[in-house]
Amino acid sequence: MSGKTMLHMEDVYVSYQDRQKRENLILNDIDFKVSEGEFITVVGPSGCGKSTLLRLILGAERPTRGKVLLDDREIETPDRHRGIVFQKYSLFPHLTVLENIVFGLNARDPSLLRRFWRPFRFRERRARHLDEARSYLDRIGLAGSAHKFPHELSGGMRQRVAIAQSLIMKPRILLMDEPFGALDHATRMEMQLFILEQWEAHGMTIFFVTHDLEEACFLGSRVVVLSQYYQTDAGPGQGAKIVGDLAVPGAHPKPTDFLYSPEMGQLVARIREEGLDPDYLQHIRDFNLTHRDAFRTVNEREWKQDACEKPA
Amino acid sequence: MFNMYWKPSPLQSALLSSALFLICIGAYLFVSHQRHQENPSDKIMPTVSKIADGVQRTAFETDRKGEYRLWIDTWASFKRFGISLGLMGFAILLGLYMGLFPVVEALFYRFMLFFDKVPALALLPILFIVFGLGEVSKVSLIVLGVFPTIALDTYLRAKAVPGEQLIKARTLGASNLGITFRVVLPQIMPDVLNTIRLNFKAMVLFLIAGESLAASVGLGYRIFVVRRYIAMDIIIPYVLWMSLLAFTADLLVRLWIKKGYAWHRAH
Repeated sequence: MSGKTMLHMEDVYVSYQDRQKRENLILNDIDFKVSEGEFITVVGPSGCGKSTLLRLILGAERPTRGKVLLDDREIETPDRHRGIVFQKYSLFPHLTVLENIVFGLNARDPSLLRRFWRPFRFRERRARHLDEARSYLDRIGLAGSAHKFPHELSGGMRQRVAIAQSLIMKPRILLMDEPFGALDHATRMEMQLFILEQWEAHGMTIFFVTHDLEEACFLGSRVVVLSQYYQTDAGPGQGAKIVGDLAVPGAHPKPTDFLYSPEMGQLVARIREEGLDPDYLQHIRDFNLTHRDAFRTVNEREWKQDACEKPA
Repeated sequence: MFNMYWKPSPLQSALLSSALFLICIGAYLFVSHQRHQENPSDKIMPTVSKIADGVQRTAFETDRKGEYRLWIDTWASFKRFGISLGLMGFAILLGLYMGLFPVVEALFYRFMLFFDKVPALALLPILFIVFGLGEVSKVSLIVLGVFPTIALDTYLRAKAVPGEQLIKARTLGASNLGITFRVVLPQIMPDVLNTIRLNFKAMVLFLIAGESLAASVGLGYRIFVVRRYIAMDIIIPYVLWMSLLAFTADLLVRLWIKKGYAWHRAH
């Protein structure tokens, strides 16, 4: 599954001003690299900036400092190279399922003038788009619901449509912000298998934010742990850093048994302690950055030269 | 019966809904009858036959000028109302752009808020001075009266569309134009139509105010003219006719929302 680097973030800081005009550091020196075809899951305590990280990649937010590059070009606004599935509001409520899926294809229709100039060609184009949308609808198993409106679908079906709606644009990377967070347990399991299936079928890159550690370890080929609970040579940490970046052991995608295996239990327990326990402050020297794409630049103040060897 | 769990059957519901109408009509007929027994030429509360006669004279017989008054008046008022309604399209557009483009918002928001608080009727003398007593001043009164309300309402609704939708549309390659007219406008359209429907009342109000002061034809003009002769047999059918027209317009918009935006109610 290794491909070339597509996404590259270096020295990225995000801070907001709060009401007292104080700088509030959310993301502190994020270095992050993604290879094509990876299924990355991001976990961390609530409020640590997982969604901010996702919004940086999406382009809905710009870093206060640092660079976010997709294929060596800076990400400035959301565009059709990055698909997104939110927990809610991903679908357009006034369009049917089929219209929702075909939306992206039709978004780049020729101007009105050209449509009238060549009406036949335009109609042909629209028909082609509909055919393509129908084939996606088949693939997500909702061919029978083509003409339903989103409010007539269950939560799981809605997310399937939202995923197909993004996939039809063949985005470089699919971003998902707690997409299954509002679903019941059984539907959630079903959706996890569904997204793995889609990942295998399309060979795409996924960036998946979740607060559920089991979900993260089961789905991801690579788990990124973002946390504000750590310490540096200069004192306790401020703003979230990537405190863990690891490859999930074993082949991917995992069989469902993996969910109940001791390996899974150990992995989850370890991430829970290192990332989510506010009383366990890991030193930045000891971060578990073992994934082959993991890298970081070091801040001298936080990590004194003589204290330890500089990482490669 | 008077508790929150009691649900009327269709028959009960029909009876209850018509009760107040029947009571009003009955009371009118009774009092009118009493008055006519005392004074057979009473003009304040004409009997049904006198009202029918008034309708006959205005709707189906020509006046001195050889015109069917009711229809002439209706058409004149309808035109003024229709033109104003058409101009509300610009209010919707402005509200939409204010909600979506910060530059338009910065330019217009405060202005519209202030404009909304200017009492339109107080502008009427100015309109008459500037535009004269013709159609322009009457139409502009209606437009000035409700334009800011509709624009501000559309603005708030456009702003209330979740940001996720706009981002999603961008990730699907939609342009500014596409987001404005294919994502946001159709989503808020039923609510906007509802607001316009509720503002029909204000529009009719401004229409009658304008017509009563400066017009030579129109429903509002007519009732103020015949008032001088205490012609209740004309005024009453005119008022009922205006109410009926407004009610029908309201009904049509409600039907439009129901049929055209099936997703809206459940959403």
